[in-house]
Amino acid sequence: MLVIRSDLVEAMVAHARADHPDEACGIIAGPEGGDRPLRHVPMINAERSPTFYRFDSGEQLRLWRAMEAADEAPVVIYHSHTATEAYPSRTDVSFASEPDAHYVLISTRDPDTHELRSFRIVDGVVTEEPVDVVPSYPYAQNPH
Amino acid sequence: MAVIVSIPTILRNHTDGEKRVQATGSTLAAVIDDLEANHAGLKDRLINEGKLHRFVNVYVNDEDVRFSGGLDTAVADGDSVTILPAVAGG
Repeated sequence: MLVIRSDLVEAMVAHARADHPDEACGIIAGPEGGDRPLRHVPMINAERSPTFYRFDSGEQLRLWRAMEAADEAPVVIYHSHTATEAYPSRTDVSFASEPDAHYVLISTRDPDTHELRSFRIVDGVVTEEPVDVVPSYPYAQNPH
Repeated sequence: MAVIVSIPTILRNHTDGEKRVQATGSTLAAVIDDLEANHAGLKDRLINEGKLHRFVNVYVNDEDVRFSGGLDTAVADGDSVTILPAVAGG
């Protein structure tokens, strides 16, 4: 299950809408070892393509170093599908290499309503999980 | 020509969980061969048919080696090599 604040969902959807018809991509970082997405980082899609995305490698290096220094991990890795459903493509599965991340897909094919779904992708196996959108996180659950 | 190599989470099963390991070599290809000698299985995760795998990004210091000579990229004593999984898809 992905538990995520509504403002972070809105930020991802807004990013996906803004980059449509190209695919948008990014992460939501959170404390390492926790499972709580906190910090939205929209990334450049170096491919600038409606059918493919790839994090810009220089931007990714800077972000990964900053996360390591701050004891953060990419809790959510998201991208949009602009003409198809919000389900991982074969290419998505072949590249997926963060077994602890929630892979969030957002479909912007319908101009009025978006579709947002979350998956674990481990060793090539896709497992959909429920998404619980909450107004805020409860206090005690995570002391970070 | 000792360099420090940063290993991503997904490959740490080859390094007993270590985030950083030492290796030697004057080119990236030589560094990867040296890594393989001490951490069997890593090379196959990085190289495919004589080229860097499209699933990984490899940096010497801050430079993505795709733009600086690939496996022939020169590596000097004290350099850092960083391996990250490419975040990509369709």
